[in-house]
Amino acid sequence: MGWLGEHSLTVLTFLPLAGALIIAFLSPDSAKRIRWIALVVSLIEFLLAIMIFSGFSLHEPGMQFVEDYPWITSPPIGYHMGVDGLSVLLVLLTGFLTPLSILASWSGITKRVKEFHLFVLALETGMIGVFVSLDLFLFFLFWEAMLIPMYFLIGVWGHERRLHAAVKFILYTMAGSALMLVAILYLYNATGTFNLQAILEQLSSGQLALAPKVENWLFWAFFVAFAIKVPLFPLHTWLPDAHTEAPTAGSVILAGVLLKMGTYGMLRFCLPLFPHASVTYGPIVSVLAIIGILYGALVAMVQPDLKRLVAYSSVAHLGFVVLGIFALNVNGVEGAIYQMCNHGVSTGALFILVGMLYDRRHTRLIKDFGGLSTTVPVLGTFFMIVTLSSLGLPMMNGFVGEFLIILGAFRSHAAYGALAAVGVIFAAVYLLWMYQRVFLGEVTDDKNRAIPDCNWREKAMMIAVVLVILWMGIYPQPFLRRMDQTVNQMVEHIALATTSATPAATQQAARHATLKAPAETSEARR
Amino acid sequence: MMTVKAADIFRLLPEIILSAFAVLVMVLDPFVKTRKSGLGWLALAGVIATGVGTFWTSQAPGESFRRSLAADPFSLYFILIFLLVAALTILGSVRYLERDNINHGEFYALVLMATVGACFMAASMDLILLFIGLEISSISTYILAGFKRTDALSNEASLKYFLLGSFATAFFLYGIAFVYGLTGTTNLLTINERLGRGDPAAASHFLWVAAILLFVGIAFKASTAPFQIWTPDVYQGAPAPVSALLSVGPKAAAFAILLRVFLGGLATTSAVTFWVLWLSAILTMCLGNLGALFQPNVKRLLGYSSIAHAGYVLVGIAAALRTGGAEGSASVLFYLIAYALMNVGAFVLVAHLAGTGERATSIDDYTGLGYLRPGTAAVLSVLLLSLAGLPTTAGFFAKFYVFRAAVHAHLIGLTIVAVLNSVVSWYYYLRIVVAMYMREGKTEASTYAVPWPLGTALFVSVVGILFLGLYPNLFLKLASLAARPLP
Repeated sequence: MGWLGEHSLTVLTFLPLAGALIIAFLSPDSAKRIRWIALVVSLIEFLLAIMIFSGFSLHEPGMQFVEDYPWITSPPIGYHMGVDGLSVLLVLLTGFLTPLSILASWSGITKRVKEFHLFVLALETGMIGVFVSLDLFLFFLFWEAMLIPMYFLIGVWGHERRLHAAVKFILYTMAGSALMLVAILYLYNATGTFNLQAILEQLSSGQLALAPKVENWLFWAFFVAFAIKVPLFPLHTWLPDAHTEAPTAGSVILAGVLLKMGTYGMLRFCLPLFPHASVTYGPIVSVLAIIGILYGALVAMVQPDLKRLVAYSSVAHLGFVVLGIFALNVNGVEGAIYQMCNHGVSTGALFILVGMLYDRRHTRLIKDFGGLSTTVPVLGTFFMIVTLSSLGLPMMNGFVGEFLIILGAFRSHAAYGALAAVGVIFAAVYLLWMYQRVFLGEVTDDKNRAIPDCNWREKAMMIAVVLVILWMGIYPQPFLRRMDQTVNQMVEHIALATTSATPAATQQAARHATLKAPAETSEARR
Repeated sequence: MMTVKAADIFRLLPEIILSAFAVLVMVLDPFVKTRKSGLGWLALAGVIATGVGTFWTSQAPGESFRRSLAADPFSLYFILIFLLVAALTILGSVRYLERDNINHGEFYALVLMATVGACFMAASMDLILLFIGLEISSISTYILAGFKRTDALSNEASLKYFLLGSFATAFFLYGIAFVYGLTGTTNLLTINERLGRGDPAAASHFLWVAAILLFVGIAFKASTAPFQIWTPDVYQGAPAPVSALLSVGPKAAAFAILLRVFLGGLATTSAVTFWVLWLSAILTMCLGNLGALFQPNVKRLLGYSSIAHAGYVLVGIAAALRTGGAEGSASVLFYLIAYALMNVGAFVLVAHLAGTGERATSIDDYTGLGYLRPGTAAVLSVLLLSLAGLPTTAGFFAKFYVFRAAVHAHLIGLTIVAVLNSVVSWYYYLRIVVAMYMREGKTEASTYAVPWPLGTALFVSVVGILFLGLYPNLFLKLASLAARPLP
């Protein structure tokens, strides 16, 4: 294995930061060199992520590539990292989207190129750090530190109302994480450690028993922080502003990765640490998620601004993810994880495409476009494919995730599944209608006749995206197999923890337990 | 007749060296006609010499002068903070005084005297001696606040600080009188012993009155609510390097007294003092942050922010009072060193950016600074983000330890108020960052290169902030060690 093998996660986490440091010492005038360095660093990072993804053992339910060293002695904070079936996918997603967003800004970002790429790479370190940290404190550190580069990306390179959006973004997120910090401290106080696995062990061995009231409070303290990030209705109001005002790269990373941190946090912390509260409040959260799905879709329908439309579609899509998570069964959770990746790829790609339109026409208003498929056929085709993937057409990635989620939701409560299915129809409505207004029909505005089609850089990016979309839609096995063990173990853990509690919970858990037979899940997948 | 032993003198070494240098600067001042900054370097040498003396003293800690002074880890730790503040202030003032044409030698002498006073405040075990330390420090800082003799704002600051300050010290003295009347002594150790032994005075309600009177005096110096009103005016009017000193030196000294008196001497009143501090902490944090929120002037903004920080410190002290454990006090001590590094750094940098005569002190003046002076703006950003409490900076761990102590003391409500306040504070610290990097327009702030003495001070601040933020072990250990003799 060697040194690199033993410290692969450290390298993975800090390689982008090293790249950012290199860029920090370059002259601001050498914009081209800076772009290339950033791109190469992010591509090496992507390769590393692929290596970790392929080296990930399918039979191990626990953490892999673990690194654990003491860092701060009092309180005992460890430098503890590892990946399981959940985080390995998100690491790969982050690795995929960062070079894409650098490429997407290749011609759009012209001022302060150096600082821009510095922040993008620093942001990548923060994101990877969040996904691989297994120490509550270390996690919190990356979680907070990552906000600063994002804040600058929105605030410096964003559109007209960028200052408002940047401050709103950071304050919202800070408010959530502040409460989480208190909860983390409370847990530390009860357990004497920040090590997530040690805390889980104490919980499962009965060494630590949280009173129901305490558990409920802690659950909400963690959950609200994550729900703001997701964002779950009614905490979503920062999102349309931030997504719309951010530059293309910012929107891609925000939608593609940052939102996933919320759902990741729910899966990594809320469910395993507070299983009873998760079961108790599952219905409330599910209802909020469904409201988010329907509300996001309805609001997206009436948006005049393309970017805002895509932003609201994120609210709806992430509603699906949360619904899947709180179905608390294997189908739902696997679907949710899969949908997290799908949404990252599809919505990221949508933002890139909208960015391409904006670069050409300097407007994002739907009414300014029309009939573009005759003037930019290649861009139109890519847009069509990505739109279809986003609305969950079979053979595309979105279908697999949404199908599993709805299946899982049905099994937890038939009404949830039915309502979520309505959301799928809504998604088709607003996405296709948007496509129709922008690309089909007559060219009404003469300015739209003269715009150039995709260049080589843009084609290369979109071909990569389309390949991933099709692969994930047609052959999802490599992804699903990696999460099987982790998800099975997680669902079992919740079922076990809640069986001993109340009779009602016992029944529910037993139902979950029977539903997660492996044969059944692989059947559902086809 | 009291006999003075060699050990007594030895344990007073830091204060003696510092006073000697202060007098030396004073005496040499008339003879130095042109190069007054030489006196600044002399003062800095005094601070460094005192640092060596403090290290020497720390080899044999103990009480001196019949238990009226203590050279214990607690006081030595505080002396370290005061010396750091003095050194950074002097480094930040040398060019400032030349630029604003107030280059008088007594400035440095007064900085040293203010520091001597603060050292006495931290080291005294006797209320009378403590009061004398308070007065030495106060009178020096009254003069420093009005050091720009021809500037109306500076005069106003000095007068305001003087009038309210003397009022507050009178309360403090009144409190001492009560304590003496009840216990028959002014020595904190003896007070503690007598009250702990079940002296009838322990049950007296007048003891609570005494505690509250003492708190009023201390609260003024520490600028904690409801005695914080003067803070923004004084910090705005005083020369910015003086504000740097004011916002940390006397404040830290006041917290040292608070810990010594409420955890040590009057520990039996903790049932009352806890609630006083609890209430004051909430008020201080909220009022400080609210005041800073829409404040357009950077000096005033930092003034309000320093009030808010005093509130976080009070949270730590309240936790210490609740548990009686060293964790709360240790978190306070750690907080103060982090706060010293970032707040002095921020104020001396603001002094430089304000330009000749301190004209550019509005946030709007900083517009676009990030691209004209990227290095300076980056340093200011680090200082501000540390004040806001960004992880990997000292400010984060400072808050983290205080909150941890509070959670440990089961003060969950207080902790939630504190963390929410700290979220609010992000807004105004970021306003400065926004102006520097995200607004287009003409920079009014001074774009001259940072002079090297100030550069040195900023280097120390930033390296210290990052060191404490990435590897807090060392100083946390020191802080825990220093907090142990309490109560």
